[in-house]
Formats: sequence, C-alpha cells, structure tokens
Amino acid sequence: MSALLEIEGLTKAYPGVVANDDVSFSIQPGEVHALLGENGAGKSTLVKMIYGLVKPDRGSMTLNGAPYAPSEPRAARASGVAMVFQHFSLFEALSVAENIALGMEHPPKPRDLATRIRDVSETYGLPLDPDRLVGDLSAGERQRVEIIRCLLQDPKLLIMDEPTSVLTPQEVEILFHTLRTLSTQGTAILYISHKLEEIRTLCDAATILRLGKKVGECTPREVTAAHMAELMVGKSLSVPARAESPPGEVLLQVSGLSLAPASPFGTTLRDVSLEVRAGEVLGIGGVAGNGQDELLAALSGETTVAADAISLKGAPVGGLGPNARRVLGLLCAPEERLGHAAAPDMSLTENAVLTARLRQGLDQRGFVNWGAARGFAQRVIAEFDVRTPGPDVAARALSGGNLQKYVIGREILQDPVVLVVNQPTWGVDASAAAAIRQALLDLANGGAAVVVISQDLDELLEISDRFCALNEGRLSPSRPARGLTMEEIGLMLGGAHGMHDIHAEAAT
Amino acid sequence: MIRLEKRPTPSRGWVLGGPILAVVLTMIAGGIMFALLGKDPFEAIRIIFWDPLFDERFGAYSRPQLLVKAGPLILIAIGLSLGFRAGIWNIGAEGQYIIGAICGAAFGLAFYPSENVLIFPGMVIAGAFGGWAWAMIPAILKARFRTNEILVSLLLVYVAEAILASAATNWLRNPDGQGFPGSRNLARHPGTDNPELIANSGMHWGVVAAFIAVIAAYVIMNRHILGYQIKLAGQAPRAARFGGVDPNRLIILCLGVSGALAGMAGLFEVSGPSGLISIDFNVGYGFTAIIVAFLGRLNPIGILLAGLLMALTFIGGELAQLIMGIPAPAIQAFQGMLLFFLLALDVLANFRLKWRREAVA
Repeated sequence: MSALLEIEGLTKAYPGVVANDDVSFSIQPGEVHALLGENGAGKSTLVKMIYGLVKPDRGSMTLNGAPYAPSEPRAARASGVAMVFQHFSLFEALSVAENIALGMEHPPKPRDLATRIRDVSETYGLPLDPDRLVGDLSAGERQRVEIIRCLLQDPKLLIMDEPTSVLTPQEVEILFHTLRTLSTQGTAILYISHKLEEIRTLCDAATILRLGKKVGECTPREVTAAHMAELMVGKSLSVPARAESPPGEVLLQVSGLSLAPASPFGTTLRDVSLEVRAGEVLGIGGVAGNGQDELLAALSGETTVAADAISLKGAPVGGLGPNARRVLGLLCAPEERLGHAAAPDMSLTENAVLTARLRQGLDQRGFVNWGAARGFAQRVIAEFDVRTPGPDVAARALSGGNLQKYVIGREILQDPVVLVVNQPTWGVDASAAAAIRQALLDLANGGAAVVVISQDLDELLEISDRFCALNEGRLSPSRPARGLTMEEIGLMLGGAHGMHDIHAEAAT
Repeated sequence: MIRLEKRPTPSRGWVLGGPILAVVLTMIAGGIMFALLGKDPFEAIRIIFWDPLFDERFGAYSRPQLLVKAGPLILIAIGLSLGFRAGIWNIGAEGQYIIGAICGAAFGLAFYPSENVLIFPGMVIAGAFGGWAWAMIPAILKARFRTNEILVSLLLVYVAEAILASAATNWLRNPDGQGFPGSRNLARHPGTDNPELIANSGMHWGVVAAFIAVIAAYVIMNRHILGYQIKLAGQAPRAARFGGVDPNRLIILCLGVSGALAGMAGLFEVSGPSGLISIDFNVGYGFTAIIVAFLGRLNPIGILLAGLLMALTFIGGELAQLIMGIPAPAIQAFQGMLLFFLLALDVLANFRLKWRREAVA
C-alpha cells in the first residue's frame, strides 16, 4: 500500500529557534496517526506546513505520489487536506449554516447546504441543527461545526489540533466514534495531542517530536503511556507526591452565590456553594465557558458580590475588592496569563507589583520600592525555575509555560491562606506542569486551602482531595476524588450536553 | 516587500536617536520645499531653528517668546499625558483652559482694586478649580453612564467658547473700557498680575508651574503606585482590575488633574502674556498640547523637549514669514513634516523593518 502523505526531511527555522529539524514520516490512507510532543516541540509548525500556512525551508512532501507544496490553505484544501484548529474561528451571532457557508469557496444555496449539513451530520454521528446560532452552542457542538465544515470538502486527510481539550469524556467518546468511522472509509487523520491515553485508544501509529526533532515512532496500542511520555519529555516524570493529613478548619466558604455575567455571552453563576478546609485541595472540573472565569472573578474580588456570600476564615469578604482580599490572604491566579494575570508589555519586576505589593510591602506610602520588587521577582524566578534572562524582561517575551510558573509562583511565595487557580497548567509543557502541581500540593501541605479550577480531569484526579463539577454555572456537590471514575466525572460534568451517540444507540 | 516586525522590547537607540534624525530629515525635506519656492533653503532653516534664539536683531524679542509659548503647552500636555497613558482621552483641554482663565480672572477682578498679595495665589487656585470642574463633567458622565469622554470633552470646548464670549462682552467687561469688549487688564494691575520673573527671559509663574509639573509627573510615573496603576490601566485593563485598580477612580483622577492643569495654564496666560479676558483669548494651546503630549511620547521629559521644539517652530516660522516672505501655508507644511518624521521614526522604535522578496510560486 502506498502512503497517502509522505514527509521527507522538513525543516523550518525561525530567528533564534529551529521549529522543525529534518522531520520525516508517512501517513497511510485510513490511518489515524498521532503527532505527539510537548508544547514547543514543533507540532504546530509541522501541521502548518502541511496545511500551507507556513513554507518549509527545506524538505519535501508527497501526496498520493505527486509532489505536494501548498502555497496557501486554499491549495491544501483543494488537494484534499482539511484542518480543525484548536481555537475555533466561528461567528457567535451567525447560524451554523451561515458559518459553514463563510468557510466555503463556492457555497451552495442555503437550503441545499442545510440538507448537506444534515446528511453529513447523520452519516458521521455528529447531530447538529444547521439553523441554530453558534453563540448558543456548547464547545463540543462548536467543534462539530468545524468538523462538518471540513467533511463537506470530502478530505483525504483531516488534521485535528488538540480536539479533546474542550470536551467532556462522553463527548470525547462521540468524537472518537466519528473519527473511527472516517478512518474505515479511508480518510486519514493526523491527530495532535499530548494526552497519552487518548492516543493509545484511538491511534494506529504515532510520531513523537521533541525540540523540533523526530525522536521516535511507535504503535501506541503496543507501548505504555509512560514509555511515550518518556520519549516526549526526554526524561522520566515524577508523579506529584503528598503526605496524607486530616483537613483542618474551613478557610474559604462560598454560600448561595448567584451572579449575572458581565458580557452577553458570559455564563450566569447559579447558587454556587463550596467550602475548602486548611490543607485541602478542591478540584473544580468543567468544560471551558461553564462559568470558570466568572467564578474566579467573584473569588478574586474583580466582581464584588453580597458580603456574606463569600467568607474567609469566617469573616465576610464578598464586598471587598481584590487588594483588600489579598491583605486577608485570599489570592488568585486567573487563566489568561497575558493581559489578566500579567501585563504583557511590563517587565517581570513591574508584574510582581501587580499582586504582591501589599503582602510583600513593595511600597512605602505609595512610593514603589523598585529594588524590593525586583528582589521579589528574582525570588520567584529562582524558586520556580522560570527560564528568563532576568526580571527586566517583558512578560510577553516569556513562553507560556515559563510565564505560568512565574504567575503561580508569585502567588504561592506570598504565603496565601487560600489560593484559587484557574487552569494552572493550560498550554504548559509536561515537566513545568508537574512542577506547578507539586508546588500546589506543597502549599496545601503547609496548611493553606487550594482551589484548582481545571479542564484537565487527569490533573484534578491527581492532585485534589475533593472534586466537584461546574456545569452551566452550577456547581455540583463535592465528592472525594479518590476512587472517582471518568464515567462518574463525565456524568457530573453534564454528560454529553444533550448530544447523543448515534452509533451507540444503533448498536443496542 | 517591506514588512514591519514587532520588537520584543523597544529599541533604546531609536527612542533617543529617532527625534534627532527626524529633525535632520525635516530640515532636508523642508529645505527642498523652500528651494522649490525659490527661497534660500539654508537661510530659511537658519531663521527657523537658529535666529529666534541667537539672532542679534530679533533674539531680544523672540527669545522670551520661547518660554511664553512653551509654558502653557507643557503644563497642559503633562496633565493630558497622565490620562492618555491610562487610555482616558481628554480632548477638551482648550475648554478647561478657557474656563480656568475665566474663573481665575473673575476671582481677581472681584477684589479689584485691592492689591493684597493673597489675591494672585487665590486666582491660581480658582483657575485650577475652574478647569477641574469643567473636566468633571465628562469624567462623571463617563464614570456613571459610560459616555464617551472624547466627544463630551471636545463639545464642551464650544460651550466654553460661548461662555468666554459672554464674559468678555458682558459680565466681566471692563467698566472703564468705553463699551469695548474685554475685561480689565489683569497684567497691568499689581496684585492680579503674573509678571516676568527674570527680565527678558519670558519666565513667569506659569513656566515655573510647568517645570514643577514635569518633575512631579516624572516622579509619579516612575516611582509612585499611582503612575504604575495609570500605565497598567492603559496597557492591560483586565490586569489592572485584577490588580485592584478602580477604573472609575482613575477616570475622575486623570480628567481632574488634566483639567486643573489646563485651567491653571489659562489663568497664567490671562494674568500674564495675554493680560485680559477677550473674545479671542484662546489660541489653541489646548489642542496643540495634544500634539505635544504625543510628540513627547507621553513621557514628562519628552513633553518638556517637545513643548520647547513646538514653540521654537512657531516663533521661527513667524520670523521666516516676516523676513523672507515665506507663505504661511509653507510654514505649516514644514511643521507638518516635523510631526510626520517624528511619528514615522517612532514606529521604528517598536518595530523593525524586514525586507522580504515575494516568493516565486
């Protein structure tokens, strides 16, 4: 059998970094091929070259035996290569059909298009109503819009970039069904991920990248996840460890918190209640857009609420602003690193002042002590292994993982009573993520209460004592994290959000 | 094809060298324009940049004019720059300047003909209050009702001009002025005058206030938490809220300070160089100060230099019209060139040029 796509020695260098160095592999028709690697390993650059977004410096590609060098995505699509991006490019105020028509070269008449969308969605088990507004869809449903947009072009190769990061476990199951159907019909899939278990269940072959180089190939079903992780990271990872200790007094209590969103497409928080004790990690799982940002804003004080809705060590703090809560020991690290947790164009020293001014005494009567601020920034850099030339570097010059270590470290070193973090390891490479999780556990061991809001369920099961799910602005009652199965968690997360698996039904 | 690529951090060389190169490029381009008009380009450039300060015949008159013109520009621009850094756009400094002058003058004239030494300080406070109060209108509307401060502050300039006309022709008119519009001359009355402090220097209290404002703004922006919060709110509003900055407080503060400084500038002008409230009292300092603020890159030291440079081209331009008969539009084009080159080279401080040949498909 001849390969569908053959990649020979692809090399792409950017100023200061070689993104891809002599990468070669091939994809067979109908194969589900995983592209595995940490952030910054060069996965994105590689698929951008295949999709015609980036031109390789060297190397060649062959598609169906013919030379293939797409100059732009349109050429790639014409050759039968389609891609579903990690971040969707959809207009919330337009309907599904309108969004799909916008991405087509020659859109058919609206009625024909709606029929074709229904046909494709039934064939592949992706139920989707063409007339609904995208703004009303869940993340999983939005992803379907992107997938159907690709499938309408009848691709021979479908590239999927981290498709499961926004899905509940049940939604992942449905997606995998669809991908397997596609694969049996002869469509090859290039599947980018760093979730090893997923790759083991889904993929036929895997190519592993590290620092731009191909470091290995394997058949995922035949090797262990740990083996793949070692290939990907280049060293073995330690699983976060913590000492068992009985939980102490209640430090943070939220009772009956309801909050209307600030923006039209935001999520309303409905009657959220939780409590966290000293020495405890509470994990809040949920798919993005179910109220995580709103909950963090209410806890940080960016949105003030009724005074007694939130209490810290029994004292009401709901009416206080962010700085007053910091003084009392309630610290937060938001999800968005650039622009929310840190000002992009400011140096790390200036960003230290952003949240550490009051607790670290970085100012005297309003005058900033830049020497002390610099010292604190240096301490964060040293203790959290932030890779940067120094504290005078602008925040935006740091990689995502390094900036995340800085932002989390900045809060942890302030010795919080309660720390709330939102997506602490999103887009962070595996070794940095392990370091951040360990630091959170150490903080809890030291007697602080930690709340971790995350989409990464494996992460939550690994570090939290209790788990609860945030779904459409409602928080489920918490359950001990130990012994929870993915199935149970999936149901807590609202199952498949009203979507159902046609194949599974057909099988019964 | 030329492409701009953002630098990770602004280039220090371009930040400092850019303005110098811009002046040189303006001299070259302007020189070509003057030559095409049939004027000696070297003489024209010399008259604009050199003679106002060092010429034996005109220097004595034009040298003091430098500080007289630069003073209000700098004082207003410093106030505006605080708001501009925070993303709060006070475009109506001209109106605050007028109201400040009227309030200050009214305070002084209320005690006429007393010559008490406390009157002038009282006028300064009244002027600052007038400008502050006028700026509070867009500030409170923005903080309470999210109105656009650009529109409100700008439109209030025309309201201020109407109040100025009514003051000059009616309720502040000089009772001994035989019915001519215009108030009593404050500059010629001891107690209400803002005198030249050093003979033939142009230095009056307004210039002193401008220098103090430069130093205070420098300290606030670089050392004080307030300057930090202003910068933070301008660069990353979401991070500012996370950092505990109250956006409404910043709106009131920034508009208030810029209004008070503009009002003070108006008072110093009406009690000194201008002398009296007249219908055409305002000559556009409030608008030109916006240019000065940006020319100085919203940096206090930069604003000081930009204000002086702007004043120099005004005086030099007038001189060139007078001596060489260069038409006024050509002088304005020349000033435009200076702005163009300064801003164009400013781009290079934050971006680098990349030359890229279009790849052959």
